[in-house]
Amino acid sequence: MIETLAERVNSDAMLVKRGRFLSTTFLLEVGPTPWLIAIAQGKIASVTRGPFVMPSWTFALRAPESEWQQFWAARPLPGHHDLMALIKRRVLKAEGDLHPFMANLRYFKEALAKLRAEKVAA
Amino acid sequence: MTAQFEQVLGRYMNLDLFRRKHRIYVEEAGEGVPLLCLHTAGSDGRQYRALMNDARITANHRVIAFDMPWHGKSSPPEGWHDEEYQLTSVQYTTMILTIMDALGLDKPIVMGCSIGGRIVLHLALEHPERFSAIIGLQAGAHVDPYYDLNFLHRPDVHGGEVCAAIVSGLVGPDAPDCDRWETLWHYMQGGPGVFKGDLYFYKLDGDIRGRVAGIDTSRCPLFLLSGEYDYSCTPEETLAVARSIAGCEVQIMQGLGHFPMSEDPAKFLSYLLPVLNRIAEAGKAPRRVAARS
Repeated sequence: MIETLAERVNSDAMLVKRGRFLSTTFLLEVGPTPWLIAIAQGKIASVTRGPFVMPSWTFALRAPESEWQQFWAARPLPGHHDLMALIKRRVLKAEGDLHPFMANLRYFKEALAKLRAEKVAA
Repeated sequence: MTAQFEQVLGRYMNLDLFRRKHRIYVEEAGEGVPLLCLHTAGSDGRQYRALMNDARITANHRVIAFDMPWHGKSSPPEGWHDEEYQLTSVQYTTMILTIMDALGLDKPIVMGCSIGGRIVLHLALEHPERFSAIIGLQAGAHVDPYYDLNFLHRPDVHGGEVCAAIVSGLVGPDAPDCDRWETLWHYMQGGPGVFKGDLYFYKLDGDIRGRVAGIDTSRCPLFLLSGEYDYSCTPEETLAVARSIAGCEVQIMQGLGHFPMSEDPAKFLSYLLPVLNRIAEAGKAPRRVAARS
């Protein structure tokens, strides 16, 4: 599913525009599986699955797989519905040089929420 | 197209606070029991726009909201450009009581959200005789910092963008888009360092955990309403406060977040109106007793 991030983000023109000053590589850790995600001027340039020998990244977002699964549910429960909520509950660790993350916080919240399951029509 | 004016009226009040001249913006609407409304950190009185435009409230209440100094249309005091804004419990309490006096409010209902929800706990403890009822929205006794607050005020991060992004997830999932983004726009408009300065009270100076159990609801009724999706002041934290205070009434508002009056006014009013009715009914009883004596 995470492989689809590039397609999901890059097809949202406003999201890409919002990230036009953002070029970085960050590590997304989903339980035992690390992913390197490269962003170039707001577009997801690559999504690479680990393990890695010598990964280089600016910052890392690490959470257990079950937490990401709940975050990516179509309608997450309270406390599972936002990156800051995960950080508040101390289950998401944000580490490294967090300037690009915080300076583009709306971008990262919306980009990672793109992996949410489609809501079933009522 | 015909222009339609709201009944909300705004005025500027000049007064001294903390021995400094201040220019404070005050809005109000309606007539009746004064209902003084306190906005959240980093925002302003526009959060109460829906209450001021709802006849179910304004028919019996004079709804008043002021922008705290540094917020909204209220100016920071002269000399602000060479100082760091940090809100303290003492300043916040003094500000509220001074503005109440200036407006001639006699025992208003006070309702505050987030930092406003915290300060009303301080008011309930220290000045219960000044209010006819106290309503705390998203009221907890303490919040531990959960991110580096320095990101809120540094020149290489856009303050408006980051403040709104920090709080965006505090809006409940079902909030109407227009109200969700209006709420976030207020955050985007905050002055540099103001949200951070308010959080000094919220996360450091305003900790009331050790004293909150001393609130005596026989001196002033206390109602707590908290949104289910709030992770800043969680429902559990509000319930913990309520459990520690005899006579405190509490309700968790399903589907709502940290800004109930602003993010989803219709849903919020379904919780608030019964509380206001309760306060009105309770207010009638003592007056009848007094008339007979």
